[in-house]
Order: sequence, then structure tokens, then C-alpha cells
Amino acid sequence: MRIVCPFCGERELGEFTYLGDAKPVRPAAGASEDDVFDYVYLRDNIAGETTEHWYHGGGCRAWLKITRNTLTHEISSVEPAAGAGAAKVGA
Amino acid sequence: MRHSIFSLARAALSGHKNWQRTWRDASPKDHYDVVIIGGGGHGLATAWFLASEYGIRNVAVLEKGWIGSGNAGRNTTIIRSNYGLPGNTGFYELSMKLWERMEQDLNYNTMVSQRGVINLYHSDAQRDAYARRGNTMRINGIDAELLDLAAVKKMMPFLNFDNARFPVQGGLLQRRGGTARHDAVVWGYAHAASTLGVDIIQNCEVTGFSRDANGKVTGVETTRGKIGAGKVGMAVAGSSSRVAAMAGLRLPIESHVLQAFVSEAIKPLIPNVMTFGAGHFYVSQSDKGGLVFGGDIDGYNSYAQRGNMPVMEDVCEGGMALMPMIGRVRLLRQWGGIMDMSMDGSPIIDKTPVDGLYLNAGWCYGGFKATPGSGLVFAHLLARDEPHKEAARFRLDRFRRGAMIDEKGVGAQPNLH
Repeated sequence: MRIVCPFCGERELGEFTYLGDAKPVRPAAGASEDDVFDYVYLRDNIAGETTEHWYHGGGCRAWLKITRNTLTHEISSVEPAAGAGAAKVGA
Repeated sequence: MRHSIFSLARAALSGHKNWQRTWRDASPKDHYDVVIIGGGGHGLATAWFLASEYGIRNVAVLEKGWIGSGNAGRNTTIIRSNYGLPGNTGFYELSMKLWERMEQDLNYNTMVSQRGVINLYHSDAQRDAYARRGNTMRINGIDAELLDLAAVKKMMPFLNFDNARFPVQGGLLQRRGGTARHDAVVWGYAHAASTLGVDIIQNCEVTGFSRDANGKVTGVETTRGKIGAGKVGMAVAGSSSRVAAMAGLRLPIESHVLQAFVSEAIKPLIPNVMTFGAGHFYVSQSDKGGLVFGGDIDGYNSYAQRGNMPVMEDVCEGGMALMPMIGRVRLLRQWGGIMDMSMDGSPIIDKTPVDGLYLNAGWCYGGFKATPGSGLVFAHLLARDEPHKEAARFRLDRFRRGAMIDEKGVGAQPNLH
């Protein structure tokens, strides 16, 4: 698998770190326990095309939003994830 | 299946065309008491324990391909019970004890070899952590020995003891651990279950669940027609989320790819199963002579059953750090399997919120050693509707309750387990 970074060009997989599904959004501070449980623990775990957050630590250190097929590893789109680098803190 | 010297000679001398099948390749009936989805080691073991321990023989095992074609045939065949947390410790020791009597139980040679599993340590801190783990095991009646450098040198003189960065200081040894022949485990359970009347149905992919007005699962829809069932058990690790989604469930699981490797055959070298403690590398030598080894998962979600180069490089570097002389050994084969990575790195064996549907999932990359234990406790759950005492902590709701069994202590980030 090679990833075409929008800033660095085509680079090998070893330069990138995986965070996971880009879909879950951190619930607001006052959200219910169910919403938080859902966000932290449950996954769609899709077999097919899915959008994910990757970090280009071995290059420009940008967070990327990548659309990739989990059945084939084919990557159909790579875009910078503005603010998504902090996906875990909810930006 | 019964053989005599004459039947063996007859089959051998007639072009190997007249061997008895060891199990029946069945066609689906209309209804079973229990339908198990997944003809891997866990599914077949469950069927066998249902039939042999719990007297439920009207059982079908449905497999979308051929039995053992998933992770049961893709692992590195290691068996051990060196876990440290309540829940895991007892369960994996139950499984280890079942490995020790498996061949007699099944009347099948599964080549269980208790050649020992040694985890090498490379620093004072790691020695202390392994001492603690060893003590945990011994308190729980499991064998463990902490070896110093001299003992490791005597046992494995071929290791690189001059590694300045990651010097081998010793190891934690479980002598009862070892390996088993993975395909034979599948065939052995298939053989023994089939003998007791279990239907093993191949090329039968589940495409949906039949539900009654109350939402209870009453059977499965498959590529070979509808099959009714009193209860349905899922043992489809790697694809658990996909099958559960057919029943409207979302699971605390991500599917990840784990690679394994075999080298060309060499003369007997590695006497046991050993792991490199300063990276992630585990290796044993098969009876054919190939080095069987692996390391980390690739780290990204995948259903592709193949991995990528960075992990392959990392695994081989781990091997080279321990044994630089294997650098000239050629890699013969490499493959990937799809792991159910759960949110705490431990399995889930429980009823689901859907009536009539039972879950056996989340084995991460440790499912092979669990095969007999998993079969027993899942059969117990299916037969009695309550968890086996050694699986009482593997509940689906433990994430919500905060009762995680997180051996690595890394939290809900599956690619780190």
C-alpha cells in the first residue's frame, strides 16, 4: 500500500500511522452515557469503502482523511483533514 | 473411522484413492437445535462439545468456504496459557488442559507438542514484569519458570547474546506450552463431531437471519437455502462485525490483518516457541523444518487477508536481532488472516441483545490457543443459557460496565492490542 500525500507525493506505508474510522464524532461534554459508550467502543467496521484518519508522521506530519476499501486496500481519495488531527479531542 | 494394518495397506497400495473420509460432508436439513456459523476451529470445537459434553447432537456447522480455510489455517500454531489478568488466566489454562487431552478425546493425532514457550526479557524492568507474570501464573496453578541468562544460554546457545542494544537477560518459560498442528485440530474436531451426528455443511454462506415477530432469531438464510434453528451461535472471528450487522448489531470490534511467515526448511534449530521481548517477534520450527513466525498486526482495518511490507520488515528485523544467522534463510511463504480486534484485547463469549443469537468473537490474534477452551465454554453457553464459570468475565456488556480485561493496558484502540 502506498499513499499519495497531498503535501509530499507518493510515499510508502511505513511513513504513516493509522488512527481509524473518521466517522465517529466525539459527543459534546453533556452527552448521555450511551452516546459516549457508542463513540468510544462501537465500530461500524465496514467491509468495503470507508473513510479514515491517517497521520503522516514520517513526512509532513499532517493528518489526512483517506477513503480506502478495506476489502482491497485500494485508496480512492486522500485529502488533508483540517483540524481532524485532533480527532480524538473533537476538533 | 477405524483403521487396521490391513486397511492401511489396502488404501496405500491402491493409489491412495480408497481412504475413508474422516468426516461427513453434509447437506443442510430444515431445522437444527443449534446452528453454528463458522467452520473454523472454534465452531467445530463448539459443535463437538455440544454433542459430547452437553448431549445436543442435532447441530449444524455452516462454513462459507471449506472448513479451516480462515484463521484456523492461517495462524502460527502456538498454544500457551501465560496470561496475567483474572478472566484470561483461568480461561486459557482451561484451554491448555484441554489441549493436553485433545488427542485422546478426539481419537485424532493433532500433533500437540509441549515443547515449551519462552518469552525472552532484555532489561531489568522487563525481567520484573515477567517475574510478576510468572508469579501470577503459579498462584493460579499454571507452570512458569523464570530463567536467568545462563539457563537461556544452555537451552538456546544459538541466540545472539552480544546484542548491545537489546541484550538477552533471561526468559519466562512455560514448559507446558508449545504447538499443535492447526489443520489437524480442525479435522480432528470435524471427525469427532461428525461421528456424533453433527452436520458439517461447507460452501454455505449465511446471508441473513430469520426472525419471528418478537425479533427472536429462528434460523439463518444461506446460499443453500433457509435453515431453521433453536439457537444460532456465531464463531466467525474476523468477520464478526459483518455477520452481526445482519442482525442489526454493532460490536466493539475492528477487523485487522495479521501476517504470518514460513521460511524454507532447515535442519532442527529452534527447540521451542520463543518470543523476542524488545520487539514483537515469535517463532517456532515446524516438523517439516520451516521457521514459522510472526509479529504485529499491520495496524489498519482490513478484510483483505494480505498485509503490507512495513510489518514484514519489522518482523524480519526482530528475527535478525535474535538470530542474525537466519538472514540467509529464504522466506518461503507469507499470508494474512483477519483478526477480530476487540476494544480491550480480550474475547467476547456471550448472549447478544438479539434473542436466540449467541456470540463468540473478539479473539484478537490469540484465537488458536483458545480453540478447545472456546469450544467448551461456548457450548456451555449455548446449552445452558448461562456463561461457563471460566468465561464469566468475557461479557459483551463489560465495555459499558468498565470491566475491561486489557492485558496491555492501552485502552480502546484496537490496533495497539
